[in-house]
Amino acid sequence: MRCRKCPNKAVLGIPRHHTAFCKRCLTEFVNDQVERAVAEEKMFAKTDRVLVAVSGGKDSLSLLDVLHRRGYQTAALYVDLGIGEYSRQSKAKVEQFVAARGITLHVHELKEEEGAGINDLADLIHRPTCSACGTIKRYHFNRTAVEHGYDVLATGHNLDDEASRLLGNVLHWQTEYLDKQGPSLPASVEGFAKKVKPLYRLAEREIAAYAVVNKIDYIVEECPNAKGAKMLLYKEILNRLEDESPGTKQAFYWGFLARQKAEAQARPSMAESDRALLHPCAKCGQPTTAEVCTYCKMMGRMMAKTHQRA
Amino acid sequence: MKVLLNHPAREVEVKGPKRVRDLLKELSLLPESVLVVRGDDLVTEDDTLNDEDHIEIRPVISGG
Repeated sequence: MRCRKCPNKAVLGIPRHHTAFCKRCLTEFVNDQVERAVAEEKMFAKTDRVLVAVSGGKDSLSLLDVLHRRGYQTAALYVDLGIGEYSRQSKAKVEQFVAARGITLHVHELKEEEGAGINDLADLIHRPTCSACGTIKRYHFNRTAVEHGYDVLATGHNLDDEASRLLGNVLHWQTEYLDKQGPSLPASVEGFAKKVKPLYRLAEREIAAYAVVNKIDYIVEECPNAKGAKMLLYKEILNRLEDESPGTKQAFYWGFLARQKAEAQARPSMAESDRALLHPCAKCGQPTTAEVCTYCKMMGRMMAKTHQRA
Repeated sequence: MKVLLNHPAREVEVKGPKRVRDLLKELSLLPESVLVVRGDDLVTEDDTLNDEDHIEIRPVISGG
C-alpha cells in the first residue's frame, strides 16, 4: 500500500477517509486534525497555558507531544491512583516523557493525599471502581487547573471514546449527560476550568499509530480495573460496525455534535444553564449542583468507614 | 513466524508467508482494533509476513 500524499510506503490505511499515509504524512495528518479541532471549537490559543491530563497511555502522551511540538504552552498533570504495578509503570512513562521535553509535571498522589488507593477507596464506599475513579480524576483535573491558573484543561479523549460514551448514553437514554458530550466545555462559573478534547477528530487506531511512528514510549497494558468495562464492549461493537461500514463512528459522533450545535441556538447556553445550577461546594468550594460535591461526599463516606473499622 | 499478542501478553507461532489481513482473520481480530508491528515498523493489511518475522499485534482500545 502506497501513501496517498507521496510516493513512500504507507504505514496505516484509514478506510474512513479512503486514504493511507506514510510515517511523515500520518504525523502531518494527526497534527492537522488537532489544529482543526482546536480552531473550530475555539479551544485555546498559543498564548494560553494548557494543562494536559496524562495517564501514561497513547492518547494523552500523543496529545501532549503534538501540542508541545507545535509551540503551545503545555504542562502535564498525572493523578496517581495507586493501582499497584500498573500505576508505577504508567507514572514512570509520564516522568520520562516530560523530563525528555522539559515539560512541567504536576502529580496528585491519591494514597498520600486521600489515604487510600482507588481500589481500597471504591471498596470502602461501595462504589464501582471505574465510577469512583472518574469522579476523583475529574475533581483533581479541575482543581489543579483552577488553583494553578491554567487557561484550559485538555484531555486525550478520542473519537472512539466519545462515540462509545455517546452510544452508552443513548442506549440508556441518559439525555442529561448529552449536553456535556461536546469537545469544548466553557469555564461557565467561578471555580470551573474550561475543558477541551483536541483528539475528538482522531480514531484510537490513528493515535496509536502516531505514537508508534513517533517512538512515544507509552503503557500498552490496559488498566486492570477496566477488564469487563462496558465502555470496552461499546468500542468493540462500534469497531465491528466500522469494519463493515467505514466512517460509522465519525458519522455517529460528529452527526450528534452537528445536531447539538443546531439545537443550541434555540436553548439557553451551557454557561447560562451552569450558572443557574452550580454553586460552590460547602466543604471544598468546587462547583456543584448539591450542597456538598460528589467528591467530598465520597471522601466523607470513606473517612466514616475508616473510623468504623479502626 | 512469532506473533506477540497483548491483553494478556502471549506468543503464538503462525506459518508464513501470510498477508496481514489473513493473519488478523485467523486470529479473529478486527483490523480497526489493532496495529500490526514488524520489528519497529507498522505494516498495512496488504503486506506479506514471512516465517522469519517477529510480529507484535498491539491493541489500540483502552478503557477511556
